[in-house]
Amino acid sequence: MSAKTWTPTPARPAPANTVGFVGWARENLFATKFDSALTVFCAGLILYVLDVVFGWAIVDASFSGEDRNACLKQVQGACWPFIDAKLGQFIYGRYPEMERWRVDWVFALGLLGLVPLLMPKVGFKRANVIFMLGFYPLFSFFMLTGGSFGLVPVETSDWGGLLVTLVVAVTGIVGSLPLGILLALGRRSELPIVRALCVGFIEIFRGVPLITVLFMASVMLPLFLPDGVNFDKLMRCLIGVALFASAYMAEVVRGGLQAIPKGQYEAAAALGFGYWKTTRLIILPQALKLVIPGIVNTFIGLFKDTTLVLIVGLFDLLGIVQLHFTDSSWATPETHITGYAFAAFVFWVFCFAMSRYSIFMEKHLSTDPNQ
Amino acid sequence: MQMFRKLCVGFMVLAAANLLAMPAVQAAGETLEIVTKRGHLKCGVSQGLPGFSTPDNRGNWTGIDVDFCKAIAAAIFNDPSKVKFTPLSAKERFTAIQSGEVDIIARNTTWSMHRDTALGIDFPVVNYYDGQGFMVRADLGVTSALELDGATLCTNQGTTTELNAADYFRANGMQYEIVAFEKADESIAAYNSGRCDAYTTDHSALYAQKLKLSQPKAHIVLPEIISKEPLGPLVRQGDSSWNDLVRWTHYATVAAEELGVTSKNIDKMKASSNPSVRRLLGLDGSFGSNLGLSKQWAVNILRAVGNYGEIFERNVGVKTPLGIQRGVNALWTKGGLQYAPPIR
Repeated sequence: MSAKTWTPTPARPAPANTVGFVGWARENLFATKFDSALTVFCAGLILYVLDVVFGWAIVDASFSGEDRNACLKQVQGACWPFIDAKLGQFIYGRYPEMERWRVDWVFALGLLGLVPLLMPKVGFKRANVIFMLGFYPLFSFFMLTGGSFGLVPVETSDWGGLLVTLVVAVTGIVGSLPLGILLALGRRSELPIVRALCVGFIEIFRGVPLITVLFMASVMLPLFLPDGVNFDKLMRCLIGVALFASAYMAEVVRGGLQAIPKGQYEAAAALGFGYWKTTRLIILPQALKLVIPGIVNTFIGLFKDTTLVLIVGLFDLLGIVQLHFTDSSWATPETHITGYAFAAFVFWVFCFAMSRYSIFMEKHLSTDPNQ
Repeated sequence: MQMFRKLCVGFMVLAAANLLAMPAVQAAGETLEIVTKRGHLKCGVSQGLPGFSTPDNRGNWTGIDVDFCKAIAAAIFNDPSKVKFTPLSAKERFTAIQSGEVDIIARNTTWSMHRDTALGIDFPVVNYYDGQGFMVRADLGVTSALELDGATLCTNQGTTTELNAADYFRANGMQYEIVAFEKADESIAAYNSGRCDAYTTDHSALYAQKLKLSQPKAHIVLPEIISKEPLGPLVRQGDSSWNDLVRWTHYATVAAEELGVTSKNIDKMKASSNPSVRRLLGLDGSFGSNLGLSKQWAVNILRAVGNYGEIFERNVGVKTPLGIQRGVNALWTKGGLQYAPPIR
């Protein structure tokens, strides 16, 4: 009996119209008549917008020139020479040109410390944190303000542009997180006075617009101070922004604290942990991880809110771009559109980076085995 | 509750006393002395206004108001660079001068009775006569604002501009329609797109806004000025010698123009036999010392920024992108309002 072994015929390839790009498109873009119509409409819209943006930013744009005459064509797109001529101003403000290397050093060292700190795989975290929170702020302070170590003093009223935006945002971010955590813990504390103080602080600062806080700091404060005592304007704003952001941060963190099941507290108590040990080792690590999106959301909001310092006479990136619109040697119909586009792009880059990093951290810290 | 109320009242009294005491405290200190001791002048300027105070590509402040402060610095220190500019928003400017944050404000501020009498400040002099005007398309064939009957006007919301225009049209029995926008950029864009027949705002701003039109040459600014906006520097009330110094800094530049002294010919003019020129340049008499300055005060001013005509032409004149005519800011001898009392 000759054994006839059954061999299956090799699987035929899937129909050509269900694999590859065609298959993907059929399934996702043209599954029904309605889908097809939507796809065509959206593709048209995207192409139209791209065409307009491309035409404005590249085809009709001016790329070189010394003054407004470069941007007065019949059909004029973006006026890039304006950005080019003013770029130094947009980054450093009126920081003296001879001293700009100091700002560069602060930027460079910040980047050098921040990048390894943000990458979970790189070691030396403790040393890095001490460097970034201990040495770096002092270094930046002495470098930027000068007046010691043989550096020429540079008053904060001469700072501007991206420098001010970053100083305000970073100080606000770094200051608001620990302060916010303390406030959140205080609000849930069982000590009545601590709780009342924290609730009062949070509700007052959350109930008042940032613009009012800044305005009070810049207009009202000098009237109450004795004659001759003059707080640095930037310092007033830094404190105002940090306090304001910490009130929001406190509420975000409180959300995380409330989400921790009671069992965690009880388990910690069963192990003989006291309040601080429980908070530090059990509660906060879980609570903060839960609210990463909320924290980053607050950071991004804070970063964009820094533009409000304009009203107290400090020129952040947006403020200094607007200030330079008034330079009549660059006044054209396109100048302010170009300037706003530039400022928007810079803000977007920073905010987008923060947002992507938060997604990365969420995934990295996730303990959910399904992810 | 009683306690709380007492505390509140106490705080308010304290605050009020503080506010009231402020100008008196400031007046006691001689501003010139403070400035000299500090080594530089603190000058409040606007947060950017074309031709008046605006930063160039390297961030140096330029403009008529900026030159005014440079002139004072030159008069005091013989060095126009010894001045620190503080950009002030419209809201915080009066606090800044009252609290002593700045010594002088040159910030295109209109001299009005309310401000002069109620805010604890003084306006020593007018360095630019501004006023509301109209801009129209050249091909409209209009040469006077009186021909604007039935026109649609673009302007900014909630400003005196709107009221001034209404008054002017009513007074001249003309029909009009106002389209008001929140921001200057919006109104000029609307005018540019043909939404209105005319655009109205302050004269100096009209020229600045004109540059933002797609074809600036196709538009003209009409000669009529329908409101009074005398712009000048302001100082704290109560220090009249500082007031004098600011006033005469401006008059020195006007007198120099009248006498034909410029930043370029100043050394040649020192040989002049004209007694007025000799008094201005400190060759006869000692007018500078009465201001607490050196004999050379006017020479220092003129070397640093030039006479009024030079300042005007350099910052807003016909050769700049703004291209503003002298108009009412011409010397009184040429039909304008700029007039300096004699130096004698």
